[in-house]
Amino acid sequence: MQGGQLAAAPAPAAAPVSEAAELAFVAAQRNEQLRRILLPLLGGATLLLAWWALVEIFQVKPFIAPAPQVVARTLYDKFGLLMSNLAPTAMEAIGGFVLGNFVAILTAAVFVHSRNVEQAFFPVAVLINSIPVVAKAPILVLLLGNGLAPKIAIAAIICYFPTLVNMVRGLQAVSPQAMELMHVLSASRAEVFFKLRVPSSLPFLFSALKIATSTATVGAIVGEWIGSQIGIGALIIQATYNFDSALLYATVLCGSAFSVMFFLAIRAIELWVVRWETGVTA
Amino acid sequence: MSSAPALKCDGVSVRFVNNRQSVTALEGVSLTVAAGSLLTVLGPSGCGKSTLLRVIADIVRPQSGEVSVLGTTAAGARRSRQIGFVFQDATLLPWRNVIDNVRLPLEVGARPALPPGAIGPEELLRLVGLAGWERALPHELSGGMRQRVAIARALLGGPRILLMDEPFGAVDEITRDRLNEELLRIWRETGTTIVFVTHSIYEAAFLGTEVLVMAANPGRVREITPIGLHEPRRLSARETPGFMRQAAHLRAVLETC
Repeated sequence: MQGGQLAAAPAPAAAPVSEAAELAFVAAQRNEQLRRILLPLLGGATLLLAWWALVEIFQVKPFIAPAPQVVARTLYDKFGLLMSNLAPTAMEAIGGFVLGNFVAILTAAVFVHSRNVEQAFFPVAVLINSIPVVAKAPILVLLLGNGLAPKIAIAAIICYFPTLVNMVRGLQAVSPQAMELMHVLSASRAEVFFKLRVPSSLPFLFSALKIATSTATVGAIVGEWIGSQIGIGALIIQATYNFDSALLYATVLCGSAFSVMFFLAIRAIELWVVRWETGVTA
Repeated sequence: MSSAPALKCDGVSVRFVNNRQSVTALEGVSLTVAAGSLLTVLGPSGCGKSTLLRVIADIVRPQSGEVSVLGTTAAGARRSRQIGFVFQDATLLPWRNVIDNVRLPLEVGARPALPPGAIGPEELLRLVGLAGWERALPHELSGGMRQRVAIARALLGGPRILLMDEPFGAVDEITRDRLNEELLRIWRETGTTIVFVTHSIYEAAFLGTEVLVMAANPGRVREITPIGLHEPRRLSARETPGFMRQAAHLRAVLETC
């Protein structure tokens, strides 16, 4: 791998050794960067090729599993249909994400200020969390009807618990000395909360938010499985019943592409907000 | 200098209860610190050195005994921002840059505006030798630099008492020597009364105008020794026979603790 790069720096006898070494180092660094991009691409391409080969060799029926190029074709041909179904799912996922996390943050703030409330309601939160989503979904559909509301509610509930747990931990992750410092400065409880607890909870909050991006999407899709006419979840059900495997795969790809972009957006906000955790965790 | 004492403890006792066991951290501690002096506190671990500082700063309430700080109670002195505290580790807020960490005391509590004539945050950074580092984040600084920021923060608002809990315990010896000299310079320039906890005999003898030696189990005062080094003290003073004698004496006292 290095041969090609090193050949560009033929060290003449007069050149100082350090310069040649420097060039070799830079070349090695560039190689490493290239590897990091190329290898995953290579892995993905291999998988696609294997998928294509399996479908071809075993002559898999198109309604059982489609060949990759057929899925690509469907993605292109039915782009309008896919996007018009992704839009409501995205709204439900984002709406549920905002609602669930917002309520979780508020609950965590209350828990941190009152041990009694925490001990009374934390078991309730655990209990609700222990009910599987697929079991919660019909209950919420009965309660909230068939529009966006039950899907947003499911996405919110599914986000709620991990964020609550992480946020409580984050708000409590304050060193005893920092608390003593605030005491010496005669800081009020509100000041301790906003100037100390909230900033130190942010790294914890963002790790929960990143998990919540994919769970909120799952929640919205599962919500659409139950008596919905539109959305990625509804389209998945329809495509399955119609044995339209190409459309099914294309729909699933759209759902996960949205989930990945949602994750990357939150990750970008995290990098912008939590700047102090670079390298060293203080 | 020989005016009213800056702080006075009279029969102070502190007990902690953990795991249903009562631990006596301090028992009957009485001492008087004159205004403008630099008292170093020396003793084995578990002798209640840190607890004593926390009693003076009104972080820990004693079960019995009287504490008087600048003629008022510890709580009163804390609320009127007469006490600066430097912890064992710098305890900087990692999301705030250097200058914002120094400014923290102006943003919480009673939010006192800087008293007229008090040294501002930028000037304090210059005093601790960190001019030009205002925008750096704590994780970009070395341990010694972080501790200087903590000292600047503790000095903001011009407190009349500075309490320091093994502030240089985690920095290397070369840095510690430099910080010791700088602390003496700051002490001379500001006239602040300093109580400085350490477990280094040499640091205690070099910095202190007096050394308080404490004994453990329960934490109590063993001896208060005045140190008579010529001012201004230089690091080379540590090689004089007088200093050696003082250090040897402190070591002998510590062995009986």
